[in-house]
Amino acid sequence: MTTTLYTSDHEWLAIDGDVATVGITDYAQSQLGDVVFVELPKVGRTLKKTEAAAVVESVKAASDVYAPISGEVLEVNDALSAEPALVNSDAQDKAWFFKIRIADRSELGGLMDEAAYKAHTA
Amino acid sequence: MLARDDQNSLKTTPLHGLHVSLGGKMVPFAGYDMPVQYPAGVLKEHLHTRSQAGLFDVSHMGQIALRPKSGKVEDAARALERLVPQDIIAIAPGRQRYAQFTNADGGILDDLMVANFGDHLFLVVNAACKAEDEAHLRANLAGDCIIDSLSDRALIALQGPKAESVLAKLCAEAPAMKFMDAGPHKVAGLDCFVSRSGYTGEDGFEISVPSADAERLARTLLENPDVMPIGLGARDSLRLEAGLCLYGHDIDTETTPVEAALEWSVQKSRRSGGARAGGFPGAEKILAHFDNGASRRRVGLLAQGRAPVREGAPLFADGTGSEPIGKVTSGGFGPSLNAPVAMGYVPTSHSALGTHLFAEVRGQRLPLTVAAMPFVKNTYKR
Repeated sequence: MTTTLYTSDHEWLAIDGDVATVGITDYAQSQLGDVVFVELPKVGRTLKKTEAAAVVESVKAASDVYAPISGEVLEVNDALSAEPALVNSDAQDKAWFFKIRIADRSELGGLMDEAAYKAHTA
Repeated sequence: MLARDDQNSLKTTPLHGLHVSLGGKMVPFAGYDMPVQYPAGVLKEHLHTRSQAGLFDVSHMGQIALRPKSGKVEDAARALERLVPQDIIAIAPGRQRYAQFTNADGGILDDLMVANFGDHLFLVVNAACKAEDEAHLRANLAGDCIIDSLSDRALIALQGPKAESVLAKLCAEAPAMKFMDAGPHKVAGLDCFVSRSGYTGEDGFEISVPSADAERLARTLLENPDVMPIGLGARDSLRLEAGLCLYGHDIDTETTPVEAALEWSVQKSRRSGGARAGGFPGAEKILAHFDNGASRRRVGLLAQGRAPVREGAPLFADGTGSEPIGKVTSGGFGPSLNAPVAMGYVPTSHSALGTHLFAEVRGQRLPLTVAAMPFVKNTYKR
């Protein structure tokens, strides 16, 4: 069973055991517009919560994606380098950014569930 | 985010209601509330303009009539030559030319279009500079000309390979116009000024229309299925691929026309040895740049990777040097090239086509090559 949580910065985390898969929400991609480039963190990098972990660029601008929690990057989605537009077409599934080992489960406590996130973007 | 007061103080163009009704995402630009994109998005808007036709609201730009007090247009042209390094006298009736207002240091105060309408000159200047430009004209040309701010007119650009066939339905003379032809024409029965020019690298037209009629004309043009409304986002990516300068970014008071690689826009008659050499602000410096070369130059830059290199990125001669040699002044992603594109200033020694450079983006040195502009071949109807 996975649980999906959300940040106020419009990232989603699918929690499966001690691993979280991280991406940006459909709302975020709709605000960014056409994504033309994604820069992902290096596998093995240890991220601290709120530090810039990835960059997503539209035709107009570059936006940082912040680490929603702390932990080690286990895997990144190389498909996004070849096809950045996946972020627009399938933000909350195929266009995941990276997987991170959850270093501190207490950090999950500050995240939103789907209902709370919906209210946040309403 | 803007404070509420700032939002309220934004000006609007006569097409503001149309933008909102079309779902435009409105942003502040040069003091105006303008659409950065419509629901189609920047990428589709850009590609549609290159394959069909795009409609742009550029009503925020300044339109000025320069009317000679003598009644002779050449007197207005001679007067304007005191402020720009271009040959204005040689602009034939019904023709338009690209120009720059220069300052005493040879820098560029603004870039503009100048058209000869037979009995007066018609100027189109940048939105952000229009108040200063008008003051500059009044301070320097008021003895010779009436400076008439045409603030009751909107400006609509129709750009792309279908622009001619679209406009032909509303203006029978349009197809016979050539690149940089300009003059009064009826469009859909309205009293318009039409020029065959634009800011996309595509064939197309710019149509000055009375404000009261602007929305009706825009809606009529948009009824044609070939025409899509285009926001400022795609306007920027289109002009960048076309290698065209954006004032305040690629050219400003610190850059001379020679440094900006705009030599083509300064006719021989105004250069050293020409019939009317000099006689414009900063002539000494600008002509010295023509005669002896400038130490830096605006160049096109193509990235080898996929990461866009944006305005402000420092440029380096190699992958390790600590001293930047230049700076990117415009950069982003070129949807038609499907690759990052940029322009910036480098030492003339590093400006030859094919020169390898590096831009620093988020702490990494990305390889770039100095490349010819336009990046996308222009399709002007000459």
